Amino acid sequence: MVKKLPKNLYIFLIFLFLYLPIIFLIVFSFNEGKYSGNWTGFSFHWYKELFEDRMIMSALANTLSIAILASIISTIIGLFGAYSIFRMKSRPKQMLLTINNIPLLNPDIVTGVSLMALFVFLHMRLGFLTMLIAHISFCIPYVVLSILPKLRQMPKDIVDAALDLGATPMQAFFKVVLPEVMPGVITGALIAFTLSIDDFVISFFTTGNGVNNLSIAIFSMARRGISPKINALSTLMFIIVMGLLLIINLRREKEK
Amino acid sequence: MLKKYGGVPFIVWTIVFTVLPILIITYYSITLKDGSFSIDNFKMFFDPRILNIVKRSLSVAVLTTIFCLLFGYPLAFFMNRVKPTTERFLVVLLVLPMWMNFLLRTYAWQAILGKNGVINAVLSFFHLPTQNLMFTQTAVIIVMVYNFLPFMVLPIYTVIKKIDKGIVEAAEDLGANQAKVFTKVIFPLSLPGVVSGISMTFLPAVSSFVVPDLIGGGKSNMIGNLIEKQFLLLSNWHLGAALSMVLVLMILISVYFTNQYSDDEGGQLW
Repeated sequence: MVKKLPKNLYIFLIFLFLYLPIIFLIVFSFNEGKYSGNWTGFSFHWYKELFEDRMIMSALANTLSIAILASIISTIIGLFGAYSIFRMKSRPKQMLLTINNIPLLNPDIVTGVSLMALFVFLHMRLGFLTMLIAHISFCIPYVVLSILPKLRQMPKDIVDAALDLGATPMQAFFKVVLPEVMPGVITGALIAFTLSIDDFVISFFTTGNGVNNLSIAIFSMARRGISPKINALSTLMFIIVMGLLLIINLRREKEK
Repeated sequence: MLKKYGGVPFIVWTIVFTVLPILIITYYSITLKDGSFSIDNFKMFFDPRILNIVKRSLSVAVLTTIFCLLFGYPLAFFMNRVKPTTERFLVVLLVLPMWMNFLLRTYAWQAILGKNGVINAVLSFFHLPTQNLMFTQTAVIIVMVYNFLPFMVLPIYTVIKKIDKGIVEAAEDLGANQAKVFTKVIFPLSLPGVVSGISMTFLPAVSSFVVPDLIGGGKSNMIGNLIEKQFLLLSNWHLGAALSMVLVLMILISVYFTNQYSDDEGGQLW
């Protein structure tokens, strides 16, 4: 019993360190006053201000529409990409997989500036479209990586069987392959959605023209100092991400 | 048709938006403003101001990694020594903050360390002098340790969990005491996890630019801030590109070392 105490105390202290800031953030989002540290009373005041803030609301709209579009488009491209990688011979396969991994290894800032350089090179105006393209680009590798294992698990002969029985390759793909890999497709789409909602660095470099997403809005507000509106926003985002994470984990449990 | 052309969008997209940008950055890094080829951008590295920033990035990242390892290893070890239900709960608790927006996690510390923040509120409550904690390198390191600690703990935890209990029991049966079992059996076997934890902490730490900006207030800039400034403020893309290449090189080197140590079993995030 005595031996257990230091261990449990240690675990408790580390988790306190990990959660205290988040708890502060959430608690002080309900504070009436401006300063976190000085509790002046419970209120939803900052939530009301948050929803009346035009800049934040348009950033929210951008974040959501980009996350939805990017996850759908990257899932479609990634699905067919994974399927063709899967069917390739080993050398081009290895090469494509290596290229697919580049965005995973590259620091975000390098991905960000290199995409920005590309858009400028292509004479594209930085804004919503360029940010969307960037998001699709960094989501595709994750989609591919979550679908490939499912393709490998697929019984080898079922595609041939479908073809022998008279299905066109199209039918074989949509009626046989797709249902088999569906769990991977959905997991990939959810990962893409979460990554897109969460991204700051790459968005920061690939947007322009006053088009913001939430992370950029938070960054520019935080640069100007504390605003309890961000606390309110954090609380809401925390709840949303938590929900998404719960869904992803429940799905994984079910697959096992 | 599907077999032949299904992969085309993926391949085209990857070439245009992954390979081409890298080629463009490479091109920028080895040319000057007038378009002539030169390695001057890389020579700029030895400019004392830039060299200082590079040194600072390395030392902040190394310190962050060391603290993460010091605090994280015992946690990863202890998490393997609790009741299974507690263990599962702790794993979820550990992963949760990783999914919260990085900026918000950093912002939270602004509210804690700031002039009107929580720490100073507590200090003044006890009539102690308030501290100026924001905009120091110490603050940057604290916040980085906070942000990256789970990335260190998780791979080590996974590797320790996979250690064959039989080996540990064998060591105990052969007369090794607790300390011996740890130093001779568990610790050596957990090294692949340590290596992948180190790279998962060091890599984002060395390329970070949000924390030094928001918490360091521009007073303890790192390579990331330098790259950002070259691209957005000073518009010397050539230097910025060269700095990016160096960053990528640093990452490739550490990935190479990581791969030397850890096999595929080494706890990976995905």
